[in-house]
Amino acid sequence: MTGKRSTFLLSALVFGFAFLYVPILLVIIYSFNEGKLVTVWTGFSFKWYVSLFSNDGMIDAAWNSLRIGVMSATLALAVGTPAGLVMSRFGRFKGRTLFSGMVAAPLVMPEVITGLSLLLLFVTLEQLIGWPAGRGVTTIVIAHTTFCAAYVAVVVQSRLAGMDTSVEEAAMDLGAKPAKIFFVITLPMILPALLAGWLLSFTLSLDDLVIASFVAGPGSTTLPMKVFSSVRLGVSPEINALATLIILAVSVMIVISSLLILRSERARSRSMNQAASES
Amino acid sequence: MSQGALQKAHEDVHKTQPWNNPDAVPFIRFENVTKKFGDFYAVDDVSLDIYRHELFALLGGSGCGKTTLLRMLAGFEEPTAGKIFIDGVDMAGVPAYERPTNMMFQSYALFPHMTVEQNVAFGLHQDGLPKSEIRTLVSDMLALVQMTKFAKRKPHQLSGGQRQRVALARSLVKKPKVLLLDEPLGALDKKLREQTQFELVNIQEKVGTTFVMVTHDQEEAMTMASRIAVMNEGVIRQLGTPFELYEYPNSRFTANFLGQVNLIEGTLVDDDEKYAVIQSDDAGGEIYIDHAVQGHEGATLWIALRPERLRLLTEQPTDTKYNCLSGKVEEIGYLGGLSTYHVRLDSGFRIKVTEPNSSRHIEPRYTWEDRVWVTWEAGAASVLNQ
Repeated sequence: MTGKRSTFLLSALVFGFAFLYVPILLVIIYSFNEGKLVTVWTGFSFKWYVSLFSNDGMIDAAWNSLRIGVMSATLALAVGTPAGLVMSRFGRFKGRTLFSGMVAAPLVMPEVITGLSLLLLFVTLEQLIGWPAGRGVTTIVIAHTTFCAAYVAVVVQSRLAGMDTSVEEAAMDLGAKPAKIFFVITLPMILPALLAGWLLSFTLSLDDLVIASFVAGPGSTTLPMKVFSSVRLGVSPEINALATLIILAVSVMIVISSLLILRSERARSRSMNQAASES
Repeated sequence: MSQGALQKAHEDVHKTQPWNNPDAVPFIRFENVTKKFGDFYAVDDVSLDIYRHELFALLGGSGCGKTTLLRMLAGFEEPTAGKIFIDGVDMAGVPAYERPTNMMFQSYALFPHMTVEQNVAFGLHQDGLPKSEIRTLVSDMLALVQMTKFAKRKPHQLSGGQRQRVALARSLVKKPKVLLLDEPLGALDKKLREQTQFELVNIQEKVGTTFVMVTHDQEEAMTMASRIAVMNEGVIRQLGTPFELYEYPNSRFTANFLGQVNLIEGTLVDDDEKYAVIQSDDAGGEIYIDHAVQGHEGATLWIALRPERLRLLTEQPTDTKYNCLSGKVEEIGYLGGLSTYHVRLDSGFRIKVTEPNSSRHIEPRYTWEDRVWVTWEAGAASVLNQ
């Protein structure tokens, strides 16, 4: 009975993992392929990596994406955090439901609509006040900030909702004014949520193709746009090399962050035991 | 007694019991304070005076308004109506960060990202004191609560009792005029709680600050407080010293809330200047009270009898027909130091009696189904008319 069940579980596990990771594995393997065809293995080589790094268009696009990601994640944090704070800490006020609904709306809004409406906004603004002049990195950053801020607001709100308000009350009771409480008490306590919100926004921005396509201008091609347009001309093994590098970067980041979490958790439980044994 | 000694005695009473001194100025004053949340009256027209150096307890079940009263004192809630004065100053519109109060929270509310030392120093930093002075004050305060060797720890590295001490130190270090304590010992286990009760009282005596404490634990309130306000449904049901509340409850509610009590319903049949007799169908007998009772003959009254004031006899007393109810032992609870007996009276009413086990008996004095007589002294009963 148990033998049968474990065979079933094992095969399900193998199938599941294969389903998830075989495509990725293929991409990695074929990035080292010598031939030009993506589907035929002809020999081991680093040539596509070399050609990737000499492809200025690709490097520029990657640089654009990184810059846009960092800027929009940071701006989204600045806009989204106060919104999350208002939703969880200002109690009941008139129009609260409307406000939180509108904050969360970009999460469910189809990207095509967000992109189109932002494009119309930018064009109108340019005609009216001359800013933003043309489409480019600035407009993409603004566009990404709008939908990333919604994610940050939701993350911050849920973190604050789980946090004991008496800690902030204690700070007020001890003589700190509201603005100071926010920076000295609330902010450090929601730091993990802010970090998570920033990383989420960065990833979303890096990943976005649709909205960026609407509001991009000449010279502001992002990596997803570049990849998408080059794939339309036929899949080049350069893309495989690029994908492999991205997977590598992501894996390294995940490993480092889980190591850090593990270490802090261990230190925490050690000191908890220590406290318990002393009392 | 000479004139001087009498004067001295009066002064002593006024010093230790300012509420009995008509000339004493209250330190905290609630004037017809009401707090509504929507349609719900959390606090309903409460007036209350608290004096300097008191350890005052607000006692009541959950939702009775005690915490709301405390939070209005701290400035976290504004009263819907009425006024609050601290040391003669009207607190209306004064934000929490400018009030001369500090609060110890039920959850302790320590700042998790700061060390013990930084937690305690936080309030002093807000006042902009020089660094050297802050250092001295913090280390003195940590010494007072015996937490010096944990100064560099973070809150999550402390046990519950240690966190409680840090919270106390943090709220005391600013030398507030009033220290507010919200269920200060609620999160501790029973042994630690009993020990900490006395420690807290000692610290209060040492620093001399006025303490206002909220608790649902009547034992805690009785042990620690100079006076207690028993609250229910947003109003103060009775106000007094622990002794007054226990011995002279003014209603069935307070009698029931503080300690254990047998409440017997009866009708006043004989009311004199010096005594009263109450006929009770509950008890199945006549009850003699050694003082006059407020109320007309025929009025319905309740007699409150504390279980420890009752005595069990195995033979019917022959000298009196009053205060002597016969019944059978139904349940026995042996608690070591004392035993509780539940006696089913002949009338069907169940009465609770506790007797101290002051010596070692191999055989219990009474056992199940024994016929016993429950008696008490005429002065032991309180008569309640509400």
